[in-house]
Amino acid sequence: MASPNETMIELRHVDKWYGEFQVLKDISLTVAKGERVVICGPSGSGKSTVIRCINRLEEHQKGQIFVEGVELTPDSKNIDLVRREVGMVFQQFNLFPHLSILDNLTLAPRRVRKQSRAEAEERAMIYLKRVRIAEQADKFPNQLSGGQQQRVAIARALCMEPQIMLFDEPTSALDPEMIKEVLDVMVELAEEHMTMICVTHEMGFAKTVADKVIFMDHGQIVEIAPPGEFFSAPKNERTQMFLSQVLKH
Amino acid sequence: MITLSLSDILPYLLLAARWTLLLSFIAFVGGGIGATLLLLWRYGAPKVGGRATTVYIQLLQGTPLLLQLFLVFFGLPLLGIEVSPLFAASIALTLYASAFLAEIWRGCVDAVPRGQWDASASLGMSFTIRMRYVILPQALKIAIPPTVGFLVQLVKSTALASIVGFEELTRSGQIVANATFKPLIIYGLVALIYFAICYPLTLGSRVMERRLRVTR
Repeated sequence: MASPNETMIELRHVDKWYGEFQVLKDISLTVAKGERVVICGPSGSGKSTVIRCINRLEEHQKGQIFVEGVELTPDSKNIDLVRREVGMVFQQFNLFPHLSILDNLTLAPRRVRKQSRAEAEERAMIYLKRVRIAEQADKFPNQLSGGQQQRVAIARALCMEPQIMLFDEPTSALDPEMIKEVLDVMVELAEEHMTMICVTHEMGFAKTVADKVIFMDHGQIVEIAPPGEFFSAPKNERTQMFLSQVLKH
Repeated sequence: MITLSLSDILPYLLLAARWTLLLSFIAFVGGGIGATLLLLWRYGAPKVGGRATTVYIQLLQGTPLLLQLFLVFFGLPLLGIEVSPLFAASIALTLYASAFLAEIWRGCVDAVPRGQWDASASLGMSFTIRMRYVILPQALKIAIPPTVGFLVQLVKSTALASIVGFEELTRSGQIVANATFKPLIIYGLVALIYFAICYPLTLGSRVMERRLRVTR
């Protein structure tokens, strides 16, 4: 493992607007290699926007974002290079519906990493086994359950062998009985010290695997703390209120 | 008045239908290529290309095809470029088809969910790879019915080329009808030939749609 203090992601005073509306206000954040970060907060607080800025699915207007030392700039030709190193899992899975599961996994490694079909398929099967879904390789996305589709989506991102994984509410669109199978896969990844940022409402996941938990509200980072502190003694009033609401049941 | 039997007229009309088919083919292929270029420009350079293609499409959709044909046929000679009726009709119909197909296909590309763009981008795929392997295959399936629908329109629109003297199906029908004084029979035949060209297209579209749904 690399030196524990190697910075993978750094945001410096990032601001972003949608028209007049400011979605991100002065976001500063560093994520070290192997660090597992959970971002939570009420809907509309800007938490998804933050991680979508990290692989530049959204552009920020002020401040700086560095991913593995490379700054994301409007004219950056390195965006595709950065994206290869940053895997992302979406709330709606976003599998490619016209391709089989195996082809979903091999498309980017073959076309972007220029792997041969055999090589890409071999790796794909390894990752499909890891997410315990190898027997579905020849099916199409719409033949799988939501939980299975999300595990395929995780495997698809892993096939690019990214240095960083971003999870954008990966369990929010799932039926309750499928949440666990997806979380189990994420916990395994976390235990291998994959650098990851998860936007999620799964506080149990945050408690077990996070190195730090970030609470966001109205586009601002309100509190950053290790999970023990975050859940037992939140400093900010808004964090306390949020936690009292999500942990009530 | 000349008396001509049906066995004289039908082959004559069928031969003229070849020109209708040729003109339709040129306009469709040319229009398809034009539309593809317009779309690549539009999506590749959203700021400049997006605006320029919108203006082009609006202009061609907002003016009658007949006028566009006149502008090419009577306008180009004024600029010193002599054009034959076939050439003029090919140019006008190609420009017309490229605008309509670009608009139809844009709708189909936009109908591919936003998440497909996000997912393919997040895997580091370039714009070309995303288009080629993720977006277009999905857009294609959505595009078949409206594209064939437009192709049928286009086949019928080639009749306008008769006005600048291009001897396709409609013009030939006119000539025969004038010679025989049997407009009802002759134009009826002409209409049937158009139908015989267009109907299989519609049928074929349904078959293709069904096949694509199965392989998905």
